Amino acid sequence: MGAAYETIHFKAELCDGCNDCMTACAQAKARSDDHQQSRIQIVPSGEGFELAICRQCGDPECVLNCPAAALSKNAGSGVIDWDGSKCVNCLLCTVGCAYGGIAYDAAAGHVIKCDMCEGAPACVKACAPGALKHVKTARIYNEVGGLEDLFAPGLSGCQGCNTELIMRHTLRRIGPDVVVATPPGCIPGMGSVGYNGLTGTKVPVFHPLLTNTASMLAGVRRHYKRQGRNVMAVALAGDGGTADVGFQSLSGAAERGEEILYICVDNEGYMNTGMQRSGCTPYGAWTSTTPVGERAHGKTQDAKNLPLLMVMHDCAYVATASTAFMEDLYAKLERAIEAAKTGFAYLHIYSPCTTGWRFPSDQNIEVARKAVETNFVLLWEFTPAAGLQLTRPAENALPIDAYLRVLGKYRHLDPDQVAHIERSVVTNLGRIQMLAAVKGTNSAAAGRA
Amino acid sequence: MQHAHYLIVGASHAALSALHAIRLHDSAGDVTVLTRDDSLPYSPTVLPYVVSGRSDPGRVQLRDEAYFAEHKVNYLRGAKVQKVNAAANAVELADGSRIGFDKLLLATGAAPLLPPIPGLAGLRYHVLRTLDDAVALREALPRLKRALVLGGGLIGMHAAENLAKGGAQVSVVELQPHVLSGYFDAEASSMIEQVFAAKGVRLLTGASVAAVAAQGDGCRAALADGSELEADLLLVATGVAPVTDFLLGSGVETERGVLVDAQMRTNVANIWAAGDVAQARGFFTSERIINGILPDAVDQGRIAGMAMAEDPGAMDYAGGVPLNTYSFFGQQALSVGVHESALDPAGVEVKKQIDVAENRYLKIVLKDRRLAGIFGVNSAFDPGIMWELILRAIDLGDEKLAFLRAPQQTARALMSRNWR
Repeated sequence: MGAAYETIHFKAELCDGCNDCMTACAQAKARSDDHQQSRIQIVPSGEGFELAICRQCGDPECVLNCPAAALSKNAGSGVIDWDGSKCVNCLLCTVGCAYGGIAYDAAAGHVIKCDMCEGAPACVKACAPGALKHVKTARIYNEVGGLEDLFAPGLSGCQGCNTELIMRHTLRRIGPDVVVATPPGCIPGMGSVGYNGLTGTKVPVFHPLLTNTASMLAGVRRHYKRQGRNVMAVALAGDGGTADVGFQSLSGAAERGEEILYICVDNEGYMNTGMQRSGCTPYGAWTSTTPVGERAHGKTQDAKNLPLLMVMHDCAYVATASTAFMEDLYAKLERAIEAAKTGFAYLHIYSPCTTGWRFPSDQNIEVARKAVETNFVLLWEFTPAAGLQLTRPAENALPIDAYLRVLGKYRHLDPDQVAHIERSVVTNLGRIQMLAAVKGTNSAAAGRA
Repeated sequence: MQHAHYLIVGASHAALSALHAIRLHDSAGDVTVLTRDDSLPYSPTVLPYVVSGRSDPGRVQLRDEAYFAEHKVNYLRGAKVQKVNAAANAVELADGSRIGFDKLLLATGAAPLLPPIPGLAGLRYHVLRTLDDAVALREALPRLKRALVLGGGLIGMHAAENLAKGGAQVSVVELQPHVLSGYFDAEASSMIEQVFAAKGVRLLTGASVAAVAAQGDGCRAALADGSELEADLLLVATGVAPVTDFLLGSGVETERGVLVDAQMRTNVANIWAAGDVAQARGFFTSERIINGILPDAVDQGRIAGMAMAEDPGAMDYAGGVPLNTYSFFGQQALSVGVHESALDPAGVEVKKQIDVAENRYLKIVLKDRRLAGIFGVNSAFDPGIMWELILRAIDLGDEKLAFLRAPQQTARALMSRNWR
């Protein structure tokens, strides 16, 4: 397996052409204010701006073009290193690069290129509009990519669904000492629990009733524990099986502090059986049981806030996560795995449904991102010791329309319904912020001492 | 007899690029690389810098032993191929041994072309094509007062500069009216010539040597105009030509170089050629040309390697575009594409910006609103982006004026829109 590397990501639509990145780079690399000496170059393009910078290519042409062995791909950092003691200034690297990533700097008297500032790019720090981002998700690939994928190939999810990604990533990280429960829903529906007499996993998997997932897992965990074996009990369940039919066993297991990792993949409805509404379906959404017609205009009730309900159980760990924010998801997954060794851990992952929510199948991650960026979905985590904390700032949210307009299930909304959803988002945020202000037991204990 | 699935003859840029491409697609097939040198791979391009001392001959190696070990490559030094037998799928080395192959890449490069000057054969002179040549020339430097360079091409000019920096009184004799005539027009060449003149290098353009004779340890040259030059050292840099003599009777078709198709394949189905030895299609002409420059060798090597490994991603060679970069006395000259003289005049536009005081020159040649050539002295633009604009034949459309005014910025914006 090759390695993945950190990178600088450019969002052209956020760039306002302030050129602060060039100033920061020229300062950092040449102690100069001359933008010619910046290794990042912002160029006007039509109404907007574009970027010329070294892409630290995986198969770098500049390296192949260097006659003096002065350029090389650093296997550790991924940066194309330039060795000034070998460079002969022939400029052939600038012929090899079709991206303007390495160029002659007359003031320096040699070619210059981005070196990622040893992992802390000055340009990114200087970018106020957020057009530049230092993406570090490579860490996930490097750490988890070598772990065994515990699902069989060929799961048959709908095109563009992120659930397969969630399943494979989580189980890879959890590892093989596990028993997995997949109650009725999309997850067994796509073949994970089995087909043709075989399971879709490389680990034990079973198919509980919608009602008893958490209680069965409680028994599995206790059984192995009594045998002296540390086997994780994990649920990969949908929101219907978790919030509605399966809630009493979930609530009981959480209240008893059973050592379970319960992952709810929330696609806001019973999508596997024909897109019926669930307790997690939001207000105004079209489903097959909350249709849109002359009189009906989608669901008339708000979704219940399931992860917040789990906080009220004082679980060992509760968190919400999104596949548009994988670093955050992974950090939470790791903490959830740890917490499930001694108590009940609950992870709520949002899963936009390409089929049931009606959006193009290549837009799943973008939809997930918009949900978070508009505060429709809030990313937070809770432990009894630390209390509840937002893991992504809720300030500067995009208007809710940025999320609603990309989904077919909201296409019919009238202004009153949009206003209702806006109010719900504000109320929900208010409640979370209120809880975030409440100190956990750690601080309370400190206060008493 | 030894046998290799992939046999690569040569170990410079085309060979290494092909090897890289093969290993990206086929990590297991056995590969043997043959080099006539007794060293790890190096680039002929770096040799003038070895002469000047800028490059340490011990640090110019393009790959190390660990690379070949890691990629399971059998790297054979001192292995000069003297015969290819296409029918028997084998090559014969100078020591008489034979190596069989399933697929063969000829990346043997070029060798100095010696001008037919009376007296030259009996003389001690230098050429610059191998690392040994460069080291020999460097060792000759300290004893040197006067040097004579035959040829004002890239190698000759690089060498002249480096000899001058070493303290020698240098004269360059060039047959053409200007130096570097392969890449720059008269105006640009004149600017370069003036820099050399100011540094004390004597450039005799439009001149030729009628005869040379030994004089002490050095030589005496009689020029065609009747004048005479004396020198302690003679460097012959009048051009290079593909090495194809070992292909006589092999069944591989050659002209000036080894003739190849768009996949760098010769007329023999399991033999390819790439780099300075190959004669492949030109981008601006229908004829097959020798485009002996490093970036093109890398390109051709990759195409050949992908074709040899049957990589489904293999693409056709777009055709050779003349290009080069040239640094001299801390100044820069860039050349990408062709001058207007090489084009059918219909639809051709030429724009020049010249600033004599700053020794700055920029010339842009457009054909049907598409870039055909861009040439600069101390003018900033990205040659790689310009090359891509030419290959993609991108219509500049409404951006034409902006491009003529500010080629670097406009080309970077076009890059973002067209290939990111």
